[in-house]
Amino acid sequence: MIDILINNLLLAQESIELVAPKNANQFVQVGYLVAIVLFISGIKGLTHPRTAVRGNQLGALGMLVAVLVTLYATEVSPIVWLAGMIVGTAGGVWLARTVQMTQMPQLVALFNGFGGIASVLVAGAEVLRGTGESTNIAVAGFAAGLTGLIGSVTFTGSLVAAAKLQELPQFKKPFSIGGQKIINALLLAIGLLLALELCDGTAWEYFPLVLLALVLGVFLVTPIGGADMPVVIALLNSYSGLAAAAAGFVISNNVLIVAGALVGASGLILTNIMCKAMNRSLTNVLFGKFEVTTSAADADEVYAGKIKSTSADEVAMLLDGVQRVVVVPGYGLAVAQAQHVVREMANLLEAEGVTVEYAIHPVAGRMPGHMNVLLAEADVPYDQLKEMDEINPTFSQCDVAIVIGANDVVNPVANTDPTSPIAGMPILNVHEARTVVMIKRSLSPGFAGIPNPLFAADNCLMLFGDGKKVLMELVAALKEN
Amino acid sequence: MDILTALTIFVLAVFVGFEIITKVPPTLHTPLMSGSNAISGITLVGALLAGGGFWGGLFGFLAIVFATLNVVGGFLVTHRMLGMFKKKV
Repeated sequence: MIDILINNLLLAQESIELVAPKNANQFVQVGYLVAIVLFISGIKGLTHPRTAVRGNQLGALGMLVAVLVTLYATEVSPIVWLAGMIVGTAGGVWLARTVQMTQMPQLVALFNGFGGIASVLVAGAEVLRGTGESTNIAVAGFAAGLTGLIGSVTFTGSLVAAAKLQELPQFKKPFSIGGQKIINALLLAIGLLLALELCDGTAWEYFPLVLLALVLGVFLVTPIGGADMPVVIALLNSYSGLAAAAAGFVISNNVLIVAGALVGASGLILTNIMCKAMNRSLTNVLFGKFEVTTSAADADEVYAGKIKSTSADEVAMLLDGVQRVVVVPGYGLAVAQAQHVVREMANLLEAEGVTVEYAIHPVAGRMPGHMNVLLAEADVPYDQLKEMDEINPTFSQCDVAIVIGANDVVNPVANTDPTSPIAGMPILNVHEARTVVMIKRSLSPGFAGIPNPLFAADNCLMLFGDGKKVLMELVAALKEN
Repeated sequence: MDILTALTIFVLAVFVGFEIITKVPPTLHTPLMSGSNAISGITLVGALLAGGGFWGGLFGFLAIVFATLNVVGGFLVTHRMLGMFKKKV
């Protein structure tokens, strides 16, 4: 009798133990579902500037929910996760608060890298714990291998990209060693082989795989030049998402898979947009070299005797009584930190009744949307920022186009010379404006390395000098008038 | 969760991503990047479930640090940027 009772109690206890973790697990899964819904609504909010702040907050709330329910289930000691989160939060807050808007591309690159290495570490810990416990050893092992590959490439690739964007002298020049493409292909092949080896549940292959992928990340990004960085950052953004999704496959976790897939898709779309805006394929950006066909002599030929240099005073007079001015910002604006003076100039013109608009080329700057953020920082209303397709048909009704630190994206050769390296690249048709003022340090070519016949055009005036300094002179001259 | 379920979820999520993200205007591409980047810090959840042994614990701890940096920094900097976008008054 007592035996039966004890047996029943034991059975009951067993069934409680069986049910309890299941309930806990369900609670966690429901939390993850809520987080997923919040992530998707959050990104949806980013489709309009009016709803974007709320969208970002929804995303953050989703993350909070996901983390809180995980803390309920975690076996990691509270001291460890608390310490980790405090350190991470402190660093994150510091970086987010102190970064200048011109440095945003570097920061995003850096964050991509952090996400990548975090995924690598998660998969590493899982491999060490022994994916043998997992129901599907082969899948978890291979997914861990993929996480290691993608995450490590994201990490070192992002660090190199950030160093290039910060213009650290060691990384400034595109650099490659002989036969690099073959070495890269070999590294990737060995990496994939090691990932396949991980399918049998052994762990050691993971570490050479990660080392090799860390090297591969450096090799992949060092040969790529500064002006191609928008593509690279967008692609690394996609990778950081894919690494998280792959880590989700390792630990069979829905929220990682979904959130990672969303980010992966986002990065791929941006990569595609950037490539289209340069009329180049992704392979060409990543592995190709920009063919420089025209020699320096040609530049002399194009420019000889036709360049008209002007002064800030003359431009101020030119701007007197005009109706519509279009400002075309390029990377030079970011370098010179000239966004605030541009706004000051625009204010003065608007006070005179001039319509001021901004023409934004998709690859202006060093990351997608870079110019928009800089001008927003200077309080330029976003409805004055016009996309290329919208503003191009209207340049003929523009009195003065002021181009600040942009070159290739306004080079008419892209439309006229099919043999040019930038042939077919969509450009801003500033040459159709009545007068073009080019603010530039010198006649030096842009990233494409070709001369720009616009500089020698009848309706083009060159205003040589540092963007910020020249614009400040222009503002002073406008105030005097 | 078997592999097919996981793959199904992954593929569907990619499609959802494509659908909503193509609607994001170029003006917001930088906040989209930094915001979605913060979401990729979801690997923090994985880091909180990691562990086991000295090395596993160490990896887990470092993963928590990096992922938290990614999440907190990413959302905050996106918030800061978005606060600058204003309509003409």
